[in-house]
Amino acid sequence: MLKFEEISPSEFFYRNKEIAGFENPTKACYTIVRELVENSLDACEIGGILPDIKVIINEIGDGEENKIIKIKVKDNGIGIPKENVPYAFGKVLYGSKFALRQHRGIFGLGGKMAILYGQITTNSPVQIFTSTLGNKLIHFFEMKIDILKNEPNILRYETLENREGWHGLIIEFKFLGNYYNARKKILEYLFQTSILIPYMNLIFIDNYGSYIFKRKSTLLPKIPEETPLHPKGIDLEMLKRLISLNKKENLKDFLVKNFQKIGNKTAEDIINKLNLNPDLNVRRLKDEEIIKLYNIFKSYNFKKPSATSLSPAGENFVIGIKEIFTPEFVAYNSRKPSSYEGHPFIVETAIAYGGNIPVPVENEINLFRFANKIPLIYDSYNDVSMKVIKQINWNIYKIDIYKEPVAFFVHVCSTKIPYKTLGKEYIANVPELAKEIELSIRKNARKLSVYLNKKRLYEYQKIRYSYLKEYLEKIFDYACKLGEVEIKKVDLETIINNG
Amino acid sequence: MDKEIVLNRFKEIGKKILEDILNNNYPSITLPQRTVSNIIYDKYSKIVKLGDKKITRKASNVRQAKIFAQLLWVSYFSKENLVKKGKSCSLRDLYYNSFNDIKIKFDEQDESDKIVVEIETILGYPREYFHIIPEEKSSIFGDLTIEYTMPETHRGQRVNLQTDPDGKNIGLSIATAKFVECNAKMVIAIEKGAIFRRFVEEQVYKRLNAILIDTGGQAPRFTRMLIRRLNKELNLPVFILTDADPWGMHIARVIISGSALSAHIKDLATPEAKWLGIWASDIKKYKLPSIPLNQLDLHRLETMKKDPRYEEEFWNEQINWFLKLKCKSELEAFSKYGLTAIIDKYLIKKLSEIKD
Repeated sequence: MLKFEEISPSEFFYRNKEIAGFENPTKACYTIVRELVENSLDACEIGGILPDIKVIINEIGDGEENKIIKIKVKDNGIGIPKENVPYAFGKVLYGSKFALRQHRGIFGLGGKMAILYGQITTNSPVQIFTSTLGNKLIHFFEMKIDILKNEPNILRYETLENREGWHGLIIEFKFLGNYYNARKKILEYLFQTSILIPYMNLIFIDNYGSYIFKRKSTLLPKIPEETPLHPKGIDLEMLKRLISLNKKENLKDFLVKNFQKIGNKTAEDIINKLNLNPDLNVRRLKDEEIIKLYNIFKSYNFKKPSATSLSPAGENFVIGIKEIFTPEFVAYNSRKPSSYEGHPFIVETAIAYGGNIPVPVENEINLFRFANKIPLIYDSYNDVSMKVIKQINWNIYKIDIYKEPVAFFVHVCSTKIPYKTLGKEYIANVPELAKEIELSIRKNARKLSVYLNKKRLYEYQKIRYSYLKEYLEKIFDYACKLGEVEIKKVDLETIINNG
Repeated sequence: MDKEIVLNRFKEIGKKILEDILNNNYPSITLPQRTVSNIIYDKYSKIVKLGDKKITRKASNVRQAKIFAQLLWVSYFSKENLVKKGKSCSLRDLYYNSFNDIKIKFDEQDESDKIVVEIETILGYPREYFHIIPEEKSSIFGDLTIEYTMPETHRGQRVNLQTDPDGKNIGLSIATAKFVECNAKMVIAIEKGAIFRRFVEEQVYKRLNAILIDTGGQAPRFTRMLIRRLNKELNLPVFILTDADPWGMHIARVIISGSALSAHIKDLATPEAKWLGIWASDIKKYKLPSIPLNQLDLHRLETMKKDPRYEEEFWNEQINWFLKLKCKSELEAFSKYGLTAIIDKYLIKKLSEIKD
């Protein structure tokens, strides 16, 4: 069985380049912006703060395609206590948390990968300014990661007076990337983020200009609760690691404390099945006993996982769509929590029609996908939502999704998004998920269909009225000529209205 | 065919529609129903006509209002541009004329043709009365002097219909002309141009004192109108000569009783006209060369058996003869006995038989 062994951060990085989204200079550029913006959004949301984020990108040097790029991101989040800074930015840790809460990414790891990538490609340090709420000082760090020791190496530390009561984080570093190619995707990512996170205010500046994604809502999402893992949602390696982290707990306490949906009774039941002593120290479990426990987890009939750890966008979703696209019609629907393989998930979708929603480019579908509030930009063709939309018979709703100004918005939130590839760009066709997406989209489609039918009827009646009037005018005209009578004025509208 | 009557009818229609509009009602018009169930054969008068069923057209929806507007336009066009000015046009001309008004414009000629039939039904007159004329060919030859009433350029001009050996084409002008002087004693309507020609060459008009008419197959309505006028206004007996087959028989029957297609129009039938031949029974009697009836002929005979116009004993017998002999014969078949045999050996004999 695989055992966890210590590896150096750079090795870790190279092993996980694809997972982390650094496989090429263009993708790396996009990933760095994304990771930093998402860390900032997290830091604001956790503190119940409306995010104010500023991103500055400067291309330095004359490289043909890959250039040294300086990135600076500033937020107004909760900040990081000065004593945590060296380890938060200067040491690559493996997933340190086993409690689950819906995150945009796995906490901090993505950000650290970004910094590490910068250091590896440019050999330059990262600069950090931070202050927590109410802190009278701003702490400045210039540091590198000691790659061999996996330890922070602080080059400079200074404090500044925090006169304006600022809190948050400023992070600045250099990396080698292809910004020219990534720029379009980055702007698309920011634009789509502003749809789902309309309470964000973001200023983006690069060598070519500046963009402001203005706040359109002051409604902050509820902070998801931390919940323990559901027993069906854990894999064997995680289970082993979880056990190795517990030093003194007995088997029964271990099960009750570390997992949701396991109470005293269920724990006893499981221990019975294992044929073990409930007081056995969990560290004493043999490999084959761990495997047995794992198999019981898979087959046992637990209650469905709790969804309190999830944070759907809700009303903000609709606000974002309305403010950005000013559509003539929006239908939003949120499904009840569901689960697959022990992972809870919630699907929310919206359909918007008209206004600034464009007519799709030939044979395309206007689809905006989000996973845990992150817009998914690449590979939309393979996504479960695209598949669901394509297999619906739109004739029954009298909507031509290829020719009409209609757009679909799908947000999946889950403690584990079932991405199909390492790049995390599209969601796999998981039947439980596909079903919920379809039901949600269909519900909105019905509403849109009703709206469009009413609209068509109204337009038909308007046209009918004007045509009828024109023909009645003709009839009147020729009847006068035929009857050789001269009448100047006639009230044709009364006829139509009475009829 | 009085111009003033037609003009007045159009005027009445216009006033009726205006009345509807001024009373805040959708314009409507009531006319006899032209469906099969309302086409009846009056055994007493021997004429096919429409029954009492009526329908009302109302301009209360876009489709009906458009048709209604088109109907009024056609009426207006006929009244002002044709009847008043003594001019005429074909169905095709009418269709193209509608292009002048984008709201009225017909998409297909079929649509304007239907509206013309609709107006015929409302007025009870054939479209020839409002100067929308067919293009069929049919001719007349005989000692009849007429005076044109239209077009204006020919009004008052007189012509004797014996002046042209090819016969005069029967059109609006002849159909509407005044009969000034007639020395003929009968009318012979012939299905075929070749036989008509022979009758002229052999001076049948002189020998029998007859007006000859080439119906060119099924007689056009102008021709049927003219035949009726010759019968009613000049008291001339009318005899019809056709091939000995179900189709020829029907040509005769339509001249006598009218057709289902023009059941909505009065004054087209000549119930006193007589079918001279060739009868089915004549094929055997005169030992005429014949050819077998084909499927189509047999089918036609079966349909005719159910047609009330053929209920009379004589006509029913003829159908049965055809079904028994299972063959048919043409007018030209008499040429077996020489080119003039049809006149010498048949026509004269038949006329005396029928008169008896």
